[in-house]
Amino acid sequence: MFEFCADPSALEGAPWVACYLTNGVHLNFYQSFLTVLILLAITAPVSLAFGFVGASASRSRVPPLRWLGTLYTAMVRGVPDIVFFLFFVIALDQALEWVNHQIRCPDWDEPIRQGANFLVCQAAKIPLSSAPQWVHETYNFFIAVFTFAIVFGAFAANVLQGAMRAVPRAQMETAEAYGMTRRQAFWRILVPQMWIYALPGLSNLWMILIKATPLLFLLGVEDIVYWARELGGSRTSQYAYPHPDWRMWYFLALLVFYLGFTKVSEVVLARVTRRLSHGQATAGGDAQRKAAA
Amino acid sequence: MSCWETVQAYALRSLGIGERLLPRGEIGLCEQITLIGSGLIWNIYFGALALFFGFFFAVALAVGKSARARLIRKPAEWFIFVFRGSPLFIQFFLAYFLLVRLPDEIVIGASVTDISWLTTPFARAWLGALIVLFLNTSAYAGEIFYGALQSVPKGDLEAADAYGMTGFKRFRRVTYPTMLRLAWPAYTNEAIFLFHATTLVYFSGFPAFRQQGDALYYASYFADRTFNPFVPYPIVAAYFIVLTLLVILAFGAVNRHLNRHLPTERRARLRYRPNLIR
Repeated sequence: MFEFCADPSALEGAPWVACYLTNGVHLNFYQSFLTVLILLAITAPVSLAFGFVGASASRSRVPPLRWLGTLYTAMVRGVPDIVFFLFFVIALDQALEWVNHQIRCPDWDEPIRQGANFLVCQAAKIPLSSAPQWVHETYNFFIAVFTFAIVFGAFAANVLQGAMRAVPRAQMETAEAYGMTRRQAFWRILVPQMWIYALPGLSNLWMILIKATPLLFLLGVEDIVYWARELGGSRTSQYAYPHPDWRMWYFLALLVFYLGFTKVSEVVLARVTRRLSHGQATAGGDAQRKAAA
Repeated sequence: MSCWETVQAYALRSLGIGERLLPRGEIGLCEQITLIGSGLIWNIYFGALALFFGFFFAVALAVGKSARARLIRKPAEWFIFVFRGSPLFIQFFLAYFLLVRLPDEIVIGASVTDISWLTTPFARAWLGALIVLFLNTSAYAGEIFYGALQSVPKGDLEAADAYGMTGFKRFRRVTYPTMLRLAWPAYTNEAIFLFHATTLVYFSGFPAFRQQGDALYYASYFADRTFNPFVPYPIVAAYFIVLTLLVILAFGAVNRHLNRHLPTERRARLRYRPNLIR
């Protein structure tokens, strides 16, 4: 990175630290923070969408749809979520390969499950074994994102379901009195009003989502935990930057990163709550109205 | 091997009693149910002990956080913020590397006396992870108790004043029982999620010593071995649903006891509201 980093063994003190923290592998480490942020940026809206679909399905008048919605929202209760994380990653991978296998190799006659093996034809492997490394990594990442979205979607469905119920009944009755259909009342009255009731639950969920990101490590993605473990391990003098076991300090840095992230989120969410309470028939909204008057 | 023989060989495998090697070759339903159930012993051990010790510390934290003196309030606030604001997963890793490294640092600093007999248990899951879980649940429960402490009805405290109760007597007789009663439904959820959080122990820094792990450790072992996630994970899920129901049952009994003096319609109901991952 810097000019003077050409010969690390000659360095000492601050220049050594500067060179050490800017060498190639550390840049990968910093990039993995980006991975976490990308995961959050994709997962949050997708799981909110899943949650919305799940919550509306559990309100549906069609029984099978309602059961499906209720099952989805009830799924995550009572079972540790990490079980879902570990389960979905393999199950999803196998499901995709199985479907691909059915399409590409229709004349394959051997069974797919042979004892302890799961065998599909070469052309059905996802990604293809000849694919470059980055394709494998991206595929893993998106499987992980999808898993997060399914699990957190179920949590979000729980929250949204409660929020839809919390909208005052009188509002819906008024909509009916105006002759709105069920669909119109849902989209024009219920959905715009439910967010303020959903916000406390959703902000809690956001905090939890942040704190769940290190689980990416378990899903085989090279995330910050992976790099912290890699970089922190002791290096002998054969390496350019020898040091003892520093994993403790790397994880301390991660701890500080997460604490900072939650603190910032707390401040931002408090501000959003204030914005959304504006003009609402809730205690918060009422307090704002009185303060203004 | 018949199923009964499997149960005899593996039911206490997670504690190191019974067969040394994990089942290889033919892995049936019986092996999976037995061994995963055996791993559940660790989940119950971690959950129950952390919950028990954490309760007392949590009450202390809640009282500390609502104290007027800055010197008491600030440490309690920071403790709760650090443990609630960071992922448990990272806490496990940090604690593990801290507990593994610290002995070396001490030895270098002082003398060459071997203190490994004292420090090795801390680097093992049974003690090290238990301490992390204890601190973590204390912080979460401390926040719950703090919230309850803030919503103790003013009238109750005024009545205590009227009776001339002050200091510790007032806390023990009036504040504490009401706090506990108000906090109990939320505390039940905390207990459930603490049990769920125990599945993280063997997936973080703490290694499973001689393949003695918890329920999820064995489930993922089977999933890797048979390459079939559709059997072991539902088994874990079923075990945990039963465990969750037992926790709700036990805490529900305590809840009824705490609310026994109230008219029926004013009693706080236990509502299962997940707090999810930490």
